[in-house]
Amino acid sequence: MLQVEDLQVKIGDKEILKHIDLEIQIGETHILFGPNGSGKTSLLMTLMGYPQYRVTGGKIFFKGEDITNMPVDERASLGIGMSYQRPPTINGVKTRQMVEICARGGMDAVALAEKVNFTEFLERDINAGFSGGEIKRSELLQLMAQNADLLLFDEPESGVDLENISLVGTTINELLQRDFKINSKKSRKELHEGRTKMGLIITHTGFILDYLTADKGQMLFDGRLTCSSNPREIFQCISEVGYEECIRCTF
Amino acid sequence: MHVLDEKALKAKDKKAGLGSDVDLGSFGTEPVSHDYLTKLEELSPKDQKQMILAGVDTTEKGRSGSYVQKDSAVIHAHSKQEGLEVMPIKKALEQYDWVEDYYWKLVSVDTDKYTARAQLDLHDGYVIRALPGSKVIYPVQACLYLEKEGLSQNVHNLIIAEEGSELHIITGCVTAPHLKRGLHVGISEFYVKKNAKLSFTMIHNWAEEMIVRPRSVGRVEEGGLFLNNYICMKPVKSLQMYPTTHLVGKGAVARFYSLMVGSPGSEMDVGGRIFLKAPETRAEIVARAITNGGNIIARGDLVGEVPGIKAHLECRGLILNGGSIHAIPELKGNVDGVEMSHEAAVGKIAQDEILYLMSRGLSEDEATATIVRGFLSVDIPGLPPQLKAEIDRAVEQSDEDMM
Repeated sequence: MLQVEDLQVKIGDKEILKHIDLEIQIGETHILFGPNGSGKTSLLMTLMGYPQYRVTGGKIFFKGEDITNMPVDERASLGIGMSYQRPPTINGVKTRQMVEICARGGMDAVALAEKVNFTEFLERDINAGFSGGEIKRSELLQLMAQNADLLLFDEPESGVDLENISLVGTTINELLQRDFKINSKKSRKELHEGRTKMGLIITHTGFILDYLTADKGQMLFDGRLTCSSNPREIFQCISEVGYEECIRCTF
Repeated sequence: MHVLDEKALKAKDKKAGLGSDVDLGSFGTEPVSHDYLTKLEELSPKDQKQMILAGVDTTEKGRSGSYVQKDSAVIHAHSKQEGLEVMPIKKALEQYDWVEDYYWKLVSVDTDKYTARAQLDLHDGYVIRALPGSKVIYPVQACLYLEKEGLSQNVHNLIIAEEGSELHIITGCVTAPHLKRGLHVGISEFYVKKNAKLSFTMIHNWAEEMIVRPRSVGRVEEGGLFLNNYICMKPVKSLQMYPTTHLVGKGAVARFYSLMVGSPGSEMDVGGRIFLKAPETRAEIVARAITNGGNIIARGDLVGEVPGIKAHLECRGLILNGGSIHAIPELKGNVDGVEMSHEAAVGKIAQDEILYLMSRGLSEDEATATIVRGFLSVDIPGLPPQLKAEIDRAVEQSDEDMM
C-alpha cells in the first residue's frame, strides 16, 4: 500500500505540491488528472525519489516503510517503478542492457521485447532518436522486466500513434494485473481479490481509459488534490466544462 | 643511411612543437639484451600477465603472427600465415633493399629530437607486411615491452598493406610492473595501397613516470581503408602524439578512434590529422576522453584539399573528478565543394541519466560506471570481433581503476 500524508514539496523556493493526502490500496489503480503545470509529474517524481523535489513536510509510506527520505535506487528495489514521459538518452548504453538491468538477470530480454514489438530496438542506444511511441514501448518493456509493485505512468499515451495505443493500453492492463483475457482460468472475483499491483497513471487525453480500468480518479489542481472519485466521471467533467470547475471546487 | 644520420644529427636538440620538452640525456639508450624465445608461452608469468593486458595472446592461437620486443631486444618475431611478413626492422634493412623505399619516407627524420633519436640510437622495431591480395584473417600482434628502469626505448615500425590485401594489427605497449620511469620513442609509417584494408589498434598500458613520444604518418591509396584505433586507459606522465594520414587516392578512407582516460598527474596531448587530397576521400576522427584528475588535450585536424570530400570530427570529454580537458577541433577547407563538420562537447555526467538508471535499480556508483562504460563504447565499423573484444576488455579494466 502507498500512503501519502500531508506531503509538501518544493523545487528551489517554489512550492509545487501542497498538503497532498493519497492512499493507493494493494491492487488499486488510480488515474491522475490535472491541467498542465498542476504538479502531476512532480508528484510522480517525488514518489520515485528524485532529489530536486524537496520534501518540506509530510510523509510517504510504501509497504509500511517510511520512504520519505529513501534514495531512488532503494525505492526501485522496494518495488516502485516508473514509466517516464521524456527519459534521457544514454549514449553507448543499449536498450537490451537496460532491460537486463531492470530484470536483475531474471528475464529474457528478447521474449519481453517481442510482447511490445520492440526486438529491433534492443541493440540501439537507449532512447537515442526514439519517437514518442517508441519511448513508451521502451519504458513499458523496462517496467515489465522490473516487475515492480507500484507502477507510476507519466502520460503513457502521449505521442503514441493509433496503431500502438491499444498495445500500450493492454500492456499496462497486463502489468497491473487487470487483463481478464490472459487470466481467463480464474473468475473475475478471484482475479480482483488476488491483485497485488498498484498503479498511478497520469493522463491528459483520457484515451488510455478506453483500454484499462481504474478504481479511482484523482484531480490535481495547483499542487492540491482537489477531488477523488470515479475516473470516468472526472474525465467527463473535464471534457464538458474543462478545468474551470476545479477552480470552483478548490477555492 | 649516411644522409639520414646527418639530418638526424642536425635535429638532435630540436624541440617538438607540442608537448612538454624532455631531457633526452636523462634516459639511457644502451641496448639491453634478452634471450630470443621460440614461443611466447616461455615468457615469465609476470611478463605474460602484463602483455595480456595490452591485448597480447600469448598462446598465439588467435593471431596470424607476433612481434615482441623487450627493451631494445627482439625476443620473438614470426608469421604463421603465407602472404604475411613479420620481421625486425634492423634485420629487414640489412636483408632487403625494398625496405629503404619505406624507411623515413612518410615521417621526416628531422621532425624533432625524438625522430632524430630513433635514427641515431635505433633499437629495433617491426616490419609487418601483407603481400598483394592476401587476406590476413587473424590479427597480427605486436608488443613493445619496457622493463629496464630509465631506458629510452627507440623503435621504428613499418606497416605495409600491399594492393588488395587485408591486414589487422593489434599492438600493445606495456611496462613491467616494477618499472617507474622510462621513455618510449616510436616511429610508425603506414602504407595502405590500392584497395587494401588496414586496421591498427594500439593499446597503451604505461607506468606513472613514463614519457611517450610516438611519431606516425600514414598514406592511403585509391580505394584503401585505414582504421586507426588508440586506447590509453592507464596513467602516464606525459604522452604527446599527433598521428597524421594522407589520403592520396580516389575514394580512400581513414577513420581514427581514440579512447583516453587521464589519471591524476597524467598529461596527454593526443590528436589526429587527416589530409584529404583526392576526390571522394572520406575521413572521420572520433575521440572520447575522460579525466579523473589528469590533463588531456584532444586535438583533431581535418584538411580538405579537393572538392567532393567528406570529413567529420567528433570529440567528447567527460570530467569525472577534477582535471581538465581541452578539445581543439580544427577544420580547414581549402577549396569549394568540401563537406566538413565537427562536434565537440566537454562536461560532466548528467544527473538525470544517473537517476534514470537508479530508478531501474542500480546504485549511484553502478549507474555512473554504466554511463562511463557507455561513453567509451564506440562502434567501430570494420573492426574484427576479436579486436573489439580486446578494446572492451581494456575499457572494463579501466573501469575498475577509475571507480
